[in-house]
Amino acid sequence: MLRERLVTLLAVLAITTGIVGISANDSETLGGFISFLTVFVTTVAIFAVFALGLNVQWGYTGIFNFGIVGFFMVGAYTSALVTKEPSSNEFVRYVGGLNLAERLGPLNLEGLTGFVIGALAAAVVSGIVAFLVAIPTLRLREDYLAIATIGIAEVFRRIAIEEEGLVNGTRGLTGIPRPLHDLVSPPDYKYIYFGIAVVVLIIIFVAIERAARSPWGRVLKAIREDELATSASGKNIFAFRMQAFVLGAMIMGIGGAVYSANQGSIVPDTFTHFFGTFIIWAMLMVGGSGSNRGAILGAYVVWGFWTLTGLIQPHLPGALEARTSYIRDLLIGLLIVVVLLLRPNGLVGEERRVSLFAEEEDKRAATRVGAPAAGSAEE
Amino acid sequence: MVRSLTQTAALIGRARREYAGLADKVGTVGLWLLIGLLLLVGVIATRQNLATGIIVGSVYALGALGITLIFGILKFAHFAHGDMMMFGAYVALAAFVGGGKIGPLSFGWGMIFAIFVSMAALGAGSIAIDRAVYRPLRRRRSGAVVLAIASLGIAIILRAIMLLWWGPDQKLYVAGIHPARQLPFDIRLKPDQLFIVATCLVLIALVYLLLFRTKMGKAMRAMSDNAELARVTGIDTEQVVMWTWIIGGALAAVAGVLLGIQSNLKPELGFTLLLPLFAGAILGGLGSPQGALVGAMIVGISQEVLVGIDLPFPPFGVPGYKPAVAFGILILILLVRPRGLFGKT
Repeated sequence: MLRERLVTLLAVLAITTGIVGISANDSETLGGFISFLTVFVTTVAIFAVFALGLNVQWGYTGIFNFGIVGFFMVGAYTSALVTKEPSSNEFVRYVGGLNLAERLGPLNLEGLTGFVIGALAAAVVSGIVAFLVAIPTLRLREDYLAIATIGIAEVFRRIAIEEEGLVNGTRGLTGIPRPLHDLVSPPDYKYIYFGIAVVVLIIIFVAIERAARSPWGRVLKAIREDELATSASGKNIFAFRMQAFVLGAMIMGIGGAVYSANQGSIVPDTFTHFFGTFIIWAMLMVGGSGSNRGAILGAYVVWGFWTLTGLIQPHLPGALEARTSYIRDLLIGLLIVVVLLLRPNGLVGEERRVSLFAEEEDKRAATRVGAPAAGSAEE
Repeated sequence: MVRSLTQTAALIGRARREYAGLADKVGTVGLWLLIGLLLLVGVIATRQNLATGIIVGSVYALGALGITLIFGILKFAHFAHGDMMMFGAYVALAAFVGGGKIGPLSFGWGMIFAIFVSMAALGAGSIAIDRAVYRPLRRRRSGAVVLAIASLGIAIILRAIMLLWWGPDQKLYVAGIHPARQLPFDIRLKPDQLFIVATCLVLIALVYLLLFRTKMGKAMRAMSDNAELARVTGIDTEQVVMWTWIIGGALAAVAGVLLGIQSNLKPELGFTLLLPLFAGAILGGLGSPQGALVGAMIVGISQEVLVGIDLPFPPFGVPGYKPAVAFGILILILLVRPRGLFGKT
């Protein structure tokens, strides 16, 4: 236990010192340094949202989603189409464009209301897509769902490219409204968005932490551990799995919305399997599936690792520099395999959790007797 | 009263069971009718696309055969299979040193040699990966899903090595224009494409002989049916696993090379191949070799024929929608008959 904590601490420390050290060395001013770190943490927060969504599906319920990028894409495009102004000329063609900024008027609160509505719409559409994919696949072996999710991601990308009138084809969408954009000068906007991304992450984290400790969350875990026994105790397995899958997809949809508002523009090529799916799996595996804290920590460590290798790149000799990005891919793949082989529980591992009620009781018992409760001693 | 109620309940139960059998039969007949219709449409409307579909389908068949064997014996979905195919194609590119031309083909014996090198490399490589990754996980009794995630990691690693070694640009075995020849029934094909189909037929015949005429094949089928029972009867399961990887890896290598001959080589192709390959294997029934052949062929033909017909709504007439066709087949089969055309209940 102590050794595991030490490894975790070392990993986090190594990443942090590496990033802070090299970026401090590379940036010329203090402002540049802070700005770099802000953008880094914002990206981690957005990735962490996806990792949390995956944790609800895989970590809690054992549902196997290999097409995260599909839900990411649906969320990003939905929120963009809901918040954007309608297409105004024949060269930029897309559907929707509700122009929330104009419709809401002062209620828009500098784009904040529009952003929230866009994110909710993204969650709803992404959830509906998940529901439809799950109907034929969720009752079957896990692998079938994995293939179907890969398929849906592939098909959405093709639709976005081929149906030019839908989301403007390969040219993509630009000018996606960014919340609170007019409050500060454009170079300082990243600090505002840093706040928004972190707030979204915290809201989702708190919500699913509570859900995991509820009776609902316990059923999900029971399903993951032993489907037969859970169904024997009268739980509708299919319904619970469906709920977890849809909830996870909705979180991923929100992640897509947060991503597109941060970028301000999206094209179909943004949504690659590598950044949309693989790296998020790596994050959850490294952090520890079944743990929300682990998902966030994993996002930090993996993206930190990614950024770090990027920072080292210019300092490498020419031949190696050109190929660094492939070495990074290789290391991400190795990371998944090595974690599976050597540390299947990831850095954090799953927390023992029963229910909010039981944990309160535990604490109360601890203070009464003045000694640690039986449960925490087990850990 | 109670007795008549239980009798009615039993009656309804029996009716439901019988109806389930009937629904299954209707589904089966319906599926075969659909397949017949597809072939008919292909023959009447686009014979050229039908021919291309058969070529693509036979390459898919080699890949799907590997997937279905690995699934049957190791019980997990091997997500690195598409990348393994592309890796095989690149290994052959490295081993290909020219060497004249055979008859009308665009390549010579050098290519045959390269194919064998690639088969050997991927067969051996697959065993090495199994020893290093899958076997330890198997020993730990990890679930199918953990093995599948490991295979995703392997897929990323293979793709990264391809990119490191050969770079991201598209590659060709033999540059230049290779003219197609006029065949009967308005079909134009390159001699290379006939080579692809012939090679696939030979390999499928070899795999058939291996599975149904050798002791190892018998052991493989036994283990696919029931791994525990196979172990108890004294079958060396680790050896069966080894042979499964040799066959799967070698077939993937050839399939990759043939795909490279048919179009070109690019690392990203690997992961996108998974959808048609698995759609084919699932359509035929995961674990069934005959099923994989038929299923993959149907997926290949559907992709080419449907995008070759000019109708005003998707996926017709838009080559970009080939993955959507494979996805549609996958969803249809999962809805109607998840065990596939040849799968056991």
